[in-house]
Amino acid sequence: MKKEEKKLTAAELPAGGILEAGTAQNFKTGSWRSLRPVWNKDKCIHCLTCWIYCPDSAIKIAPDEKKTTVVTGIDYDFCKGCGICARECPDKIKAITMEEEKK
Amino acid sequence: MVKAIYPKGKIVAKTGNEVMAEAMRQISPDVVAAYPITPATEIVQIFSQFVADGKVPTEYVAVESEHSAMSATIGASVAGARAMTGTSSQGLALMWEMLYIAAGLRLPIVMAEVNRALSAPINIHGDQSDTMGARDAGWIQIYSENSQESYDNMIQAVKIAEKAKLPTMVTTDGFIISHCMEVVEVYPDEDVKAFVGEYKPERALLDYKKPFTLGAIELQDYYFEHRWQLAEGMRNAKQIVLDVAKEFKNKFGREYGFYEKYKMDDAEVAIVTIGSAAGTTKFVIDELREKGIKAGLIKIRVYRPFPADEIAKDLAKVKAFAVLDRADSCSGNFAPVYLDVVSALFANGINIKSENYVYGLGGREISTEHIAEVYTKLDKIAKNQVAPSKTVEYINVRIK
Repeated sequence: MKKEEKKLTAAELPAGGILEAGTAQNFKTGSWRSLRPVWNKDKCIHCLTCWIYCPDSAIKIAPDEKKTTVVTGIDYDFCKGCGICARECPDKIKAITMEEEKK
Repeated sequence: MVKAIYPKGKIVAKTGNEVMAEAMRQISPDVVAAYPITPATEIVQIFSQFVADGKVPTEYVAVESEHSAMSATIGASVAGARAMTGTSSQGLALMWEMLYIAAGLRLPIVMAEVNRALSAPINIHGDQSDTMGARDAGWIQIYSENSQESYDNMIQAVKIAEKAKLPTMVTTDGFIISHCMEVVEVYPDEDVKAFVGEYKPERALLDYKKPFTLGAIELQDYYFEHRWQLAEGMRNAKQIVLDVAKEFKNKFGREYGFYEKYKMDDAEVAIVTIGSAAGTTKFVIDELREKGIKAGLIKIRVYRPFPADEIAKDLAKVKAFAVLDRADSCSGNFAPVYLDVVSALFANGINIKSENYVYGLGGREISTEHIAEVYTKLDKIAKNQVAPSKTVEYINVRIK
């Protein structure tokens, strides 16, 4: 069973509805996904088009041994399965495919 | 007539608008965003001239509407600036949704507001329909009887708003105060600056080292808590208003509170009203007192937060009273100020015979005779010679 979130009282909340930055990281919204992008490491040319287009910053990148930025995977904690990455991946490459999310 | 009280003060002849602009120059806010509207135009026109002449370092934003004026003021305030604006009537009406946002975000914006009738029919003259309509927006409302009060209220409003974290509007009656040349005592720039102090917001969006989100959606689980906070903020603002008034008296010598009592100590009949009509009422009281009618006045200065218990206590001893409203809420019931006063009395277990009059809509004159008639009827009500009216009454309007 899901643990009940502790809700703050008026006395605990900052006045005027201030929210500290970056709180979206606390909510693993990847559970909304019905289609899952699967990344093929061997096909990928690391053009970063998927990284540019991803609306949820769910394409993971890192510098490789030559300090070139490369794709390292997909952050399934936040990916909502919109499929933009698979669509925008260059036609000749198609390193990302969308698959049914298994329960 | 205003007399010099502050040793370093200077007696000048100024209209309400001129002196409100003067207060704004002395307060020297970081940002003013405004759009002109009669009868408040002069306030921002004079102020923009101060900016153009280099007499104040404020960033002046000329916008395309009052909705934009309030939006820009909100933007400046969340960025961390001391922000002000000025408007009237339709302009305030166009600011509507932004007024609630300024209050909900707890932004200490100060607005110079000149009371004017709302359309239709179009009318540029003074009544309080505009700000009475904004009475539930979460703004502190301070009304002024004359130019001196509008000047003093503007200076105090900055401190009140910033301590209470609530936007505050200071009002004058359109044309009657805004355009009437009066004797006013102004204080030296440096003394006003020292009184209002420097604005140090706890959080500011331009403080990029401490980023935060403002104005996010809150649904069933959090919205209510923040609205409670706002209502509580308004309740707590009462003490802040009194503290700032005390500080102001200590510095400049003039005494202010939630309301002014005029000859209330032994009053048997009283009028409660707001704004410039209070001056006329005081004159009538002096005349009636010579004829043996023990008349008194409560002139409300701070309408939001409403000083309910205090007014109930001060009205408790009169035999009959009337509330004179310069706005009609068209509710089929009574006008706004009367409803506040009567609910305050009821909550305090006080039952006094009373009447509610709507007067002066669209700048319609209210004379000493009109006010004397109200007192004369109150005197008869107090002596059980006539019964009070059970519906709202109107002064100086041709009904039949």
